[in-house]
Amino acid sequence: MSGRNIGEVILDLNNISLSFGGVKALTDISFNVREHEIRAIIGPNGAGKSSMLNVINGVYRPQHGEIILRGEHFANMNSYKAAKAGLARTFQNIALFKGMSVLDNIMTGRNLKMKANILQQAFWLGPAQREELEHRLKVEEIIDFLEIQHIRKIPVGRLPYGLQKRVDLARALAMEPQILLLDEPMAGMNVEEKQDMCRFILDVNDQFGTTVVLIEHDMGVVMDISDRVVVLDYGKKIGDGTPDEVRANPDVISAYLGASH
Amino acid sequence: MFYRENGQFKTSYQADQQIFPIPQDRWVILGIVAFAFFGIPLLVDEYLFRAILIPFLILSLAALGVNILVGYCGQITLGAGAFMAVGAYAAYNFLIRVSGMPMLGAILLGGITAALVGIVFGIPSLRVRGLYLAVATLAAQFFWDWAFLRVKWFTNDASSGSVSVANLQLFNWSIESPTDKYLFCLGILVVLGLMAKNLVRGSIGRQWMAIRDMDVAATVIGIRPLYAKLSAFAVSSFYVGVAGGLWGFVHLGSWEPAAFSIDRSFQLLFMVIIGGMGSIVGSFFGAAFIVILPIFLNQMLPLVGGLFGLEVSIALVSHVEIMIFGALIIFFLIVEPHGIARLWSTAREKLRLWPFPH
Ligand SMILES: Nc1ncnc2c1ncn2[C@@H]1O[C@H](COP(=O)(O)OP(=O)(O)OP(=O)(O)O)[C@@H](O)[C@H]1O
Ligand SMILES: [Mg+2]
Repeated sequence: MSGRNIGEVILDLNNISLSFGGVKALTDISFNVREHEIRAIIGPNGAGKSSMLNVINGVYRPQHGEIILRGEHFANMNSYKAAKAGLARTFQNIALFKGMSVLDNIMTGRNLKMKANILQQAFWLGPAQREELEHRLKVEEIIDFLEIQHIRKIPVGRLPYGLQKRVDLARALAMEPQILLLDEPMAGMNVEEKQDMCRFILDVNDQFGTTVVLIEHDMGVVMDISDRVVVLDYGKKIGDGTPDEVRANPDVISAYLGASH
Repeated sequence: MFYRENGQFKTSYQADQQIFPIPQDRWVILGIVAFAFFGIPLLVDEYLFRAILIPFLILSLAALGVNILVGYCGQITLGAGAFMAVGAYAAYNFLIRVSGMPMLGAILLGGITAALVGIVFGIPSLRVRGLYLAVATLAAQFFWDWAFLRVKWFTNDASSGSVSVANLQLFNWSIESPTDKYLFCLGILVVLGLMAKNLVRGSIGRQWMAIRDMDVAATVIGIRPLYAKLSAFAVSSFYVGVAGGLWGFVHLGSWEPAAFSIDRSFQLLFMVIIGGMGSIVGSFFGAAFIVILPIFLNQMLPLVGGLFGLEVSIALVSHVEIMIFGALIIFFLIVEPHGIARLWSTAREKLRLWPFPH
């Protein structure tokens, strides 16, 4: 593989349990993520994969368990803290801002880094103007990187599905995250689009050193690009290891044979 | 025909980030503003100023405020009238209670007061949305209706709740004739309009729209709903409050709480729906439409009725007006939620490509 070195544990999840009323979405899950690695989460439908990402970046509050990010304990993780701490994510059901252009969607990803106050913005004073330009340049780099120059002014609602997924990734990248959480970035794409997306994920990981946590159903893709894989089934962890180890794990095999996709 | 971007390649992102990136737009808007300042005063008589142009300018400003909250930030308000009242009565109190307070200062302070009150009444939006928020803002309307009628301090102990302001003065300019009043309102509208445009294209505007379009995704990228929503309530209420001050001071001269009743709140909301939610220029379209339609019907219906030998009463005209509004609102809500502004921009897009549609 590439020259990137997988580093220390950057994100540690200990004994996470989450339930919705009577539904146990996650039961006592522990795993960790190392710096610069591509970590996949797989499992049949309803296994709790998306819930896991939602716990990591504070959309859901687990009833039990702790999140340790770069050695810091987060007892009450929330979305804002997660974003500040360098976590970004994409969504399984695209969650773009429908009424805004591609460019504006991606610019929102810079929001935490923009400091001009409301009066400076209202009068478009120096600081506001400079800041807008500076972040626009960064966003244009991302637009070039993801090859979406031709659609920058188009309202995202008008784009085909595959491109929307790409804009979703662009918005997350605009945050310059340390950890990127991707919820089925290739779902519903054709082969060519999947290849592009794979390439982007690998490039992000390789060029920016971004740690990636990835949920994906396509086993071929998962086995190809990930360093380590966590397997969930009915909210429980049934496997954890390198792609080869996971593939050979009898529990995983039976979960996958038992579940229809 | 000459409305083309072809061949005008933007050479820098800076050029692309101007307030009106297309040069034609820039010239058209400059032209309209220049005409409004210098042309219209030469052409128009007093009646038009008083009946149409001044109300149009002030209600545009209020609609702009409502649009920031409803169209850009996706919150709902049925209390805009109350915030106009807060702006008007606050401005009145600043004017009479603070000695030496200039008129413009009082109006701006009225807007700031409305902004603060707006923040307070915006707090429910952090918990509830849709219908429940509508009810909360409705409560603001009833509360302030009651307060200005019953709490005599606000109206300087005037028994009827009616207050008046005379001798408007801006530095050495005494604003008396309808033309003066028109120019004064126009000046304020142009400045606040440009500021609104700046806000919605900047990072705060993107935060508002992000909250409107997908609030979970917005919080995940670090937008705080508290800040985004309350800032929208504040800015919106400021605009509406300044409009209220102008309505009281400049348009009416003397007024009572009924001038800012719930009817006004609905009227402003309709302007935004018909004009175009989430569009600055739509606010102007909506205000123009709602100010002009009744006058137009008043003139036209009796004429049309006369052709058929029918007597058209004033009551009938106002019924027809309500029916037309109702029909239009249903039409826009269902068919074109972006209102006249979208129809306009579609036409413009066609024009840009004309005569080669591909
Ligand atoms: N907000 C919620 N409210 C109630 N139940 C929920 C909620 N989110 C998830 N669940 C439940 O938690 C369980 C796990 O759901 P989750 O979306 O995490 O699964 P998943 O592994 O991502 O599935 P898929 O492959 O279909 O995306 C399911 O039973 C689901 O119904
Ligand atoms: Mg899922």
